[in-house]
Amino acid sequence: MAKTVRRSSTRSGRRSKMQEAHDSFVFARYFFMVAIVALIVLLTGFIITLGPLDISVADAYRALLSRAYPSSFQVDPLTERVVWNIRFPRIVGGILAGFGLGVCGCVMQAVLKNPLASPFTLGISSGAQFGIAVAAVLGISVFGGPYLLIGNAFLFALLCSAFIIGLASVKGATSETLILAGIAVNYFFSSMSQLFRYFADDEQLRLMTSWGMGDLAAFSWSKISILFGVFAVCIPLLMLKAWDLNIMTSGDETAKSIGVNAEGVRVYILLISSLVVATVVCFTGTIAFIGLVAPHMARMILGGDHRFLIPASGILGASVLIAADGIAMNLIAPTVIPTGIMTSVIGVPFFMYLMLKGRRKEFWT
Amino acid sequence: MMIQLQAKGIVFGYNSSPILKDVSFEIGPSRLVTIVGPNGSGKSTLIKCIDRILAPEKGSVLIDRKEVTKMDRMEIAKNLSYVPQSSARTFSSNVFDTVLMGRRPHIGWLSSSDDEERVWEVLRLLGIEELAMSGFAELSGGQQQKVLIARALVQETKVMLLDEPTSNLDIWHQLDVMNIVSDLVKKRRMTVLMALHDLNLASKYSDGIIMMKRGRIMAAGDPASVLTPENIEAIYNVEVAVRSQSEEPFIVPIRQIKPNGSGPKSGGGRFFTSGKRRSRLPRSIAEMKEIRLS
Repeated sequence: MAKTVRRSSTRSGRRSKMQEAHDSFVFARYFFMVAIVALIVLLTGFIITLGPLDISVADAYRALLSRAYPSSFQVDPLTERVVWNIRFPRIVGGILAGFGLGVCGCVMQAVLKNPLASPFTLGISSGAQFGIAVAAVLGISVFGGPYLLIGNAFLFALLCSAFIIGLASVKGATSETLILAGIAVNYFFSSMSQLFRYFADDEQLRLMTSWGMGDLAAFSWSKISILFGVFAVCIPLLMLKAWDLNIMTSGDETAKSIGVNAEGVRVYILLISSLVVATVVCFTGTIAFIGLVAPHMARMILGGDHRFLIPASGILGASVLIAADGIAMNLIAPTVIPTGIMTSVIGVPFFMYLMLKGRRKEFWT
Repeated sequence: MMIQLQAKGIVFGYNSSPILKDVSFEIGPSRLVTIVGPNGSGKSTLIKCIDRILAPEKGSVLIDRKEVTKMDRMEIAKNLSYVPQSSARTFSSNVFDTVLMGRRPHIGWLSSSDDEERVWEVLRLLGIEELAMSGFAELSGGQQQKVLIARALVQETKVMLLDEPTSNLDIWHQLDVMNIVSDLVKKRRMTVLMALHDLNLASKYSDGIIMMKRGRIMAAGDPASVLTPENIEAIYNVEVAVRSQSEEPFIVPIRQIKPNGSGPKSGGGRFFTSGKRRSRLPRSIAEMKEIRLS
């Protein structure tokens, strides 16, 4: 028989054991996010100290605060210049790029209903790579000057995902259609890039190869402000759909029955996240793995609620990326290993560890 | 007579092959009605068309005389809840979060403590409060089914649709789920329409039964009038004995009957015109147009 209704214990002011367990789980979610943000602040201070010029951790924070509070914090001008013009922009760029990739990986996995989806599933990186090839080999670009390569990478990355989303809107935006179209477009643009590579001279080849590895070196404050502007608009738009993403992991039919227009939300999410990823990719090149692994890490620790998952994926992505970049810059200094290579080198073993040892296996089925 | 849920002339097909052909019925408030019929007869499709998960080509669905086609998805979700047959998830979450999803039509971005309290209440009602923090994927089939029912319940609709809720469960859990649903009808005065394979469960719990074959309603009414040996033989090609078990018909399958020449591929329309078949199907059912289960 159906159970009789036990009146809610909260009406007598007491919480049941399960309710208390749930409360502490919610608290743990917030605590975890605050802890990771704190970790990023600590990492930032530490990574700034790494490099040819010796800077202590205290000086690093002092230099950072000296711009805001010049009267209270003072460092020598050289340290301040190195911190503010060289080391800090790279870290802030890394934080933004990692955050964007983590967030987009999270929402793409949710709408494509596939744990293997990443920000590059829709062929964005191969599109951008092709854009670079066009600029490098043919010298054709939408912008000149410092944005010669970046402009092309951005445009072709967006064209690529716009084509796929357009195709899916005509044919029905199911996750299968999108993933298959993404794979096809990926192959197409990769082969086109190979073709350009085949005809390229040494200098052009170097340009194409170094971009393809993914690097944070290009960040200046002006580029960071572009990235920040795009994020300020797009990330809240993605967060807005957190509930719908929760529901869509139960399948399109269930989503519709709970009031979510699954296909519409899918197209909306993909359009916005493509814009974010294209902006990141055109500045950094392909930084693999962050967008795939950060959401899984977040999911294992925080569970399946996207109201927490989206920001947590971003914060985790940011911390993993700057940590990897810190190692990449200093492991065999003065040679700087491209960031994209280092994220995979340290990300894969960590991911394997989580996969094998993860306590919350149920969140990753 | 009050009508809670009404379907009028629903037609649906995939790529021009028709699945539902002009399906109409009316169900009164606080009724438990089951749809039975062979595999592929259109039971699940009918349920999905009513919830507009699938868009019918023709026909309309009315709840409390309000046209469902004119509602947006959120509005439909406030009036109709749906318990799917499959519980497959790409990414799992815990039971509490899964059930909380059902509050979506009623809340904005933040869930209030009132919403959470409703979730706890429903979890207690179904006796699964202690599972609240367990992962959905870790649960047994019976527990998952209860969680899905809980999620539909927190939508707080007057009408609930269920798609074969007992198909993967052992007999204890089959009765458990059916008792829960039947209690919702009696105590919360909900109207429930469910697709079901098990004729005896349908017989035991239903106020009304709709029997379908090849996208058409072939018989409808109370269990005793629908679950007759003649009807079951005509619809399922199975010879059965029907006994009376505490006033409800109890069906014992005896043997399959080989479908003859005009078998399953002959198309729904011809089912009635085939002379040999027609003799098996009672006239009153074959000519049934208006179906009321109120």
